[in-house]
Amino acid sequence: MSSAPVVQLPAPTGLCATPSIPRDILRERGQREVFCGLTGIIWLHRKIQDAFFLVVGSRTCAHLLQSAAGVMVFAEPRFGTAIMEERDLAGLADANEELDSIVEQLLQRRPDIKMLFLVGSCPSEVIKLDLSRAATRLSAKHLPRVRVLSYSGSGIETTFTQGEDACLASLVPTLPAAKPGAAGDLLIVGSLPDIVEDQFKRLFAQLGIGRVDFLPARQSVTLPTVGPDTVFLLAQPFLADTARALEQRGARHLPAAFPFGAEGTTLWLQAAADHFGIDPQHFRAVVAPGRERAIRAIARSRETLAGKRVFFFPDSQLEIPLARFLARELAMIPVEVGTPYLHVQHLAPEMDLLPADARLSEGQDVDRQLARCRAEKPDLVVCGLGLANPLEAEGISTKWSIELVFSPVHGFDQAGDLAELFARPLMRRELLRFGT
Amino acid sequence: MKLTVWTYEGPPHVGAMRVASSMQGVHYVLHAPQGDTYADLLFTMIQRDGKRPPVTYTTFQARDLGGDTAELFKNAAREAVERFRPQALLVGSSCTAELIQDDPGGLAEALDLPIPVVPLELPSYSKRENWGAAETFYQIVRRLADRDVRPSPREGRRPCCNLLGATGLGFRHRDDVVEVTRLLASLGIEVALSAPMGAAPRDIARIGSADFNVLLYPEIGDVVAKWLEKTFHQPCVRTVPIGYGATRDFITEVARLAGVDPAPALAADPSRMPWWSRSIDSTYLTGKRVFVFGDSTHAIAAARVASEEMGFKLVGLGCYNREFARDIRTAAETYGVEALISDDYLEIEAKIAELQPELVLGTQMERHIAKRLGIACAVISAPVHVQDFPARYSPQMGFEGANVLFDSWVHPLVMGLEEHLLTMFRDDFEFNDAQGPSHIAASAPMPVEAARPITAATGPHLVWDSEAERELGKIPFFVRGKARRNTERFAAEQGVEIITIGTLYDAKSHYAR
Repeated sequence: MSSAPVVQLPAPTGLCATPSIPRDILRERGQREVFCGLTGIIWLHRKIQDAFFLVVGSRTCAHLLQSAAGVMVFAEPRFGTAIMEERDLAGLADANEELDSIVEQLLQRRPDIKMLFLVGSCPSEVIKLDLSRAATRLSAKHLPRVRVLSYSGSGIETTFTQGEDACLASLVPTLPAAKPGAAGDLLIVGSLPDIVEDQFKRLFAQLGIGRVDFLPARQSVTLPTVGPDTVFLLAQPFLADTARALEQRGARHLPAAFPFGAEGTTLWLQAAADHFGIDPQHFRAVVAPGRERAIRAIARSRETLAGKRVFFFPDSQLEIPLARFLARELAMIPVEVGTPYLHVQHLAPEMDLLPADARLSEGQDVDRQLARCRAEKPDLVVCGLGLANPLEAEGISTKWSIELVFSPVHGFDQAGDLAELFARPLMRRELLRFGT
Repeated sequence: MKLTVWTYEGPPHVGAMRVASSMQGVHYVLHAPQGDTYADLLFTMIQRDGKRPPVTYTTFQARDLGGDTAELFKNAAREAVERFRPQALLVGSSCTAELIQDDPGGLAEALDLPIPVVPLELPSYSKRENWGAAETFYQIVRRLADRDVRPSPREGRRPCCNLLGATGLGFRHRDDVVEVTRLLASLGIEVALSAPMGAAPRDIARIGSADFNVLLYPEIGDVVAKWLEKTFHQPCVRTVPIGYGATRDFITEVARLAGVDPAPALAADPSRMPWWSRSIDSTYLTGKRVFVFGDSTHAIAAARVASEEMGFKLVGLGCYNREFARDIRTAAETYGVEALISDDYLEIEAKIAELQPELVLGTQMERHIAKRLGIACAVISAPVHVQDFPARYSPQMGFEGANVLFDSWVHPLVMGLEEHLLTMFRDDFEFNDAQGPSHIAASAPMPVEAARPITAATGPHLVWDSEAERELGKIPFFVRGKARRNTERFAAEQGVEIITIGTLYDAKSHYAR
């Protein structure tokens, strides 16, 4: 079955905590065309299957949640909004009472819920409604049946995927302590689709890394343990607060490139293998089949994408790892890689792999960025839903970035799918004919 | 506080965006935090707009709150005017900015901009989207209408009117404006202005030059219609021409106001709808139990069409916009049903489940309810989704609109003759009513592939091992069939007899090439 790799991957440079190549980063502030952190609820509630996410916010928050992903599918979803009204703004004491009674009502209606997240929003933050105190109060009342936690997904503090970071960070203090002296555990941090999680589990098992846990767990009652012997790999590049919280519990971060594409996945697995002292030859043997499958699967998209210029608008913080994947495995040319927030330490291994002439930008002034984009005339623009059709109407091909967050794209066996997400808009453009 | 799972209406500033984006030459500077830009995608995705809505968001962050958010607003407003050069500027706050009380109206005034500024006060914690649209439209007209403009003398010209209320994200507003304009043309009446949809501030200035107004969507245009009545003494046509009978009533009312003869337009009636409804295939429509829910205007119109022109039996009628509750109650009384005034999605679902209608005429929200309950459904009202913006011309109003209503309400049902046969062969093992309408694949029962147990492979000597089989089960059902076929074909070609997870993924990567 095995065939020679189509792509020869350049050998990666060392994985260190600061980028070895100094880079200029264009930092901008102005209008941001990015979701707020509430949006993460859309995938988090699918992942943690016994949790409910209660946004304490406004009608705008509720409208955002149902519009952002077009998720009007479930009769009674495991998320909702406690919409604040005028009288809630008048007195905080009353707002707390109202919240308590809504939680009461909700938990009565949903006996299946084991964990409740109170999710702060812009309005709740501005009126300084203390949700962490509310969570403590409500936990005391509803434990052991339901644990109540809180985090903020507000747009004044978080962009898009930072909502997941805030959610996972709020989980960390609740993780049971690992028994001291127990064999070191590996924790994979960041929500992944179940199928991808299972693929990684199998790979780690084949490597001989025994105990692997995932955060978040599928059930809130089976949370992984954490302690000074725990090491963790980040599956997503946007988990700064969660990583910090884990480090405070004594866990150690294994710096690595992120598991996108053949190279990224190999490097990511290798960081774990090196830590656990896995024999390099065994590592190569275990990784080879998946790696070759990945290389084979992206070959077709490579024909479409090689040599094409790509421009990333900031969205999910996945931009830098994805640009690295596109540059190194699909031979694309990243023109500008915009990210809402750049965590230099976690992204260092990625930044070293990114072509030196790719412009990195952090934050956004959308009108200025659009002007740069038009001037660059890229072959493909990766951007949010608000910008995609307007750019298409100007004749610029786009890949809407939200799909990169909602689809299984990590690991060897999704590399082909990931490449195809970028290739499809260009292939479609080639395909369509409307006469002369 | 009120617990909400799904909402029928967005916040009032989204209503303002609907007005701004459907006009020409206006720009809206919204004092708002990051994240509120989600509203752009309502226009660019649902409506497939090829341009961004004309909205600038100030995007303040937590760290700005102690500092000068007012300065941020002023810069954003100044830059927006320079960059987009609108004829008029709308300014206002989203829910969060309302709390920090920066007063965008006053700040914009102080900027001394070269264009008119329309300050919008849209209370987010008590009002909603339709109210926001109506209020925005009213503030625009009040601020921009030239009070001295009056209609020119009637001699030697055709009568003319304004069409009020059409906006972006409305249910088929785009096509209704075209259809009603044609209908009025057939009466010899000109449309001086459609607003908000299609109007520029310069056009709004001359709104007083029309002889009368036609109010298409009271939810959005009623406040303006009343103000114009008072200020310019323009009378207003209030019959909404949705349905065949309502269209004829509309023609009569318009003709009376405009002083023209309705007879030629009524005689030229091009609608097929009455005959389609009388023809014998439609016999099976008789007495079908129908539940109607939407905004008040569309729901009341649908109730009339359903009971008078389709011969359905109305079993429930309701609306989500409380502002028009009284109209719905009156209509419900006429049909002898209980009025349901609610924007609590779960309450409406419970009502539909209880009433067990055969057809639901509702919004996108009811479409989801009906799908889950296995009931046929047609959408008649906003809130809208991408499929409510068809590529084809598809109005709800006028004679063509009546044709569209017939088609789109009958389509989800089993066809007449087919229903007749199903009754005859009720117990047939292949041809029975569990099959659902034959022309709608989506409502057919689970495909065979998804229903059958996955242990047995279809190939001659192929076996799936249990792990591979579980893995296959994790693939979504709508592509599972393809994954199964590809894997088995691949296994057969490779001479593999036992399909493992490895085979599954080898096949996946093989076919990805």
